[in-house]
Amino acid sequence: MWNDLLTLIWIIIKIVLVIVPLLVAVAYLTYAERRVIGFIQGRFGPNRVGIWGLGQPIADAVKLFLKEPIYPARSSLLLFLLAPILSMAPALVVWAVIPFAEGWVVANINAGLLYILAMTSLGVYGILIAGWASNSKYAFFGAMRSAAQVVSYEIAMGFALIAVLMTAGSTNLQDIVLHQQGGVLHWYWLPLFPVFVVYWISGMAETNRLPFDMAEGESEIVAGFHVEYSSMGFAMFFLAEYANMILISALAALFFFGGWLSPFEGIPLLGSLFGWVPGVVWFLAKVFFFLLLFIWIRGTLPRYRYDQIMQLGWKILIPVTIVWIILIGLAIEFRMPPWFV
Amino acid sequence: MLTNYLPILLFMLLGVAIAAVPLIINRIIAVYKPNPEKNSPFECGFPAFEDSRIPFDVRYYLVALLFIIFDLETAFLFPWAVSIRDIGWFGFFAMMVFLAILVIGFIFEWKKGALEWE
Repeated sequence: MWNDLLTLIWIIIKIVLVIVPLLVAVAYLTYAERRVIGFIQGRFGPNRVGIWGLGQPIADAVKLFLKEPIYPARSSLLLFLLAPILSMAPALVVWAVIPFAEGWVVANINAGLLYILAMTSLGVYGILIAGWASNSKYAFFGAMRSAAQVVSYEIAMGFALIAVLMTAGSTNLQDIVLHQQGGVLHWYWLPLFPVFVVYWISGMAETNRLPFDMAEGESEIVAGFHVEYSSMGFAMFFLAEYANMILISALAALFFFGGWLSPFEGIPLLGSLFGWVPGVVWFLAKVFFFLLLFIWIRGTLPRYRYDQIMQLGWKILIPVTIVWIILIGLAIEFRMPPWFV
Repeated sequence: MLTNYLPILLFMLLGVAIAAVPLIINRIIAVYKPNPEKNSPFECGFPAFEDSRIPFDVRYYLVALLFIIFDLETAFLFPWAVSIRDIGWFGFFAMMVFLAILVIGFIFEWKKGALEWE
């Protein structure tokens, strides 16, 4: 009895230890994005609240809490309230299976990758329901566009993850990382390079980031599916988007860049020199790099046209991944060293 | 075995709570003065002149249908991908036949113009 209670408390502590840093990271990612894009465009970005503007995310949160919630008269109120929750909750819940270092995971389940795919797929319901329940034309068109886009790129992403799965031979995320042991050249980015590119592009499309942000398209459909939301409802969609960005970056690090493994592994001098660095530091460093890449791409590329997005997803990414899956299958059947033994 | 999934259940409860509680707090502490103008749907300042439950492009349905087919395909590929080292050449070719049929279907859709947006 007491033992059960203790395990329960321990689990809750672990969950809090994941969620709280995640929410802080999400808040500061919004700050980092505005700041970095500011510098890319030759301006300062937010720099008034606290030193270097570091208080900005807190000020934003307080402001959003105090803003008036608006429930449009013709909306379906229940669905209208459900949509932000349905966006935010899966974006948090996925983190249950992400290993931050060996053994540092809330739930070490065998179907880890399946669970991730299932949870990330739920996000599209939030978008669709928000667009439909708002009963506004802009929201509706934004939701339709966004749902079609997310769903299209989900296939490319699913295929890309299957290539990872074939190489690792396991859906457990820890096993996938441990299978990449042995230095930078053993990480999957090298044998699965085209798959990594497909994964990254579809990851950006899945999170509705620029250059694929047709869902919002500020200059044409104002804000897309969340145009009718104010205050916290809007904040939830916003936070979910950023939480998903961090997730896509973390998955890129886990699946293609060796998760918590040191990049100097196997190199004579450097390997022992950096041997003391804990795995979680490497993991976070990789995640930061990919987050910066997200922001960098946003600051560099213009928005795609909608028909081009759909063509890219269906006519390029999906055929590329199918071909690569077949090639990997052959490589595994021939037991090609070092990755496919 | 199932005890591994207990943290996930707890995580889900907590995740929903974290998403829902700010909405409730916001409703309680923020000003709330609705009026008909404020609650009308946004249409660039004009009063909305018709309901937004309107017909939309049939291609969205087409994308949804294609998605179901290909998503099912991923679901079939999952167990195959995990066990490909154990099932040998027979398993490999069995999946190749399955993939070939799907690819033929895919080419058919492509030629029919189901993937065109203009």
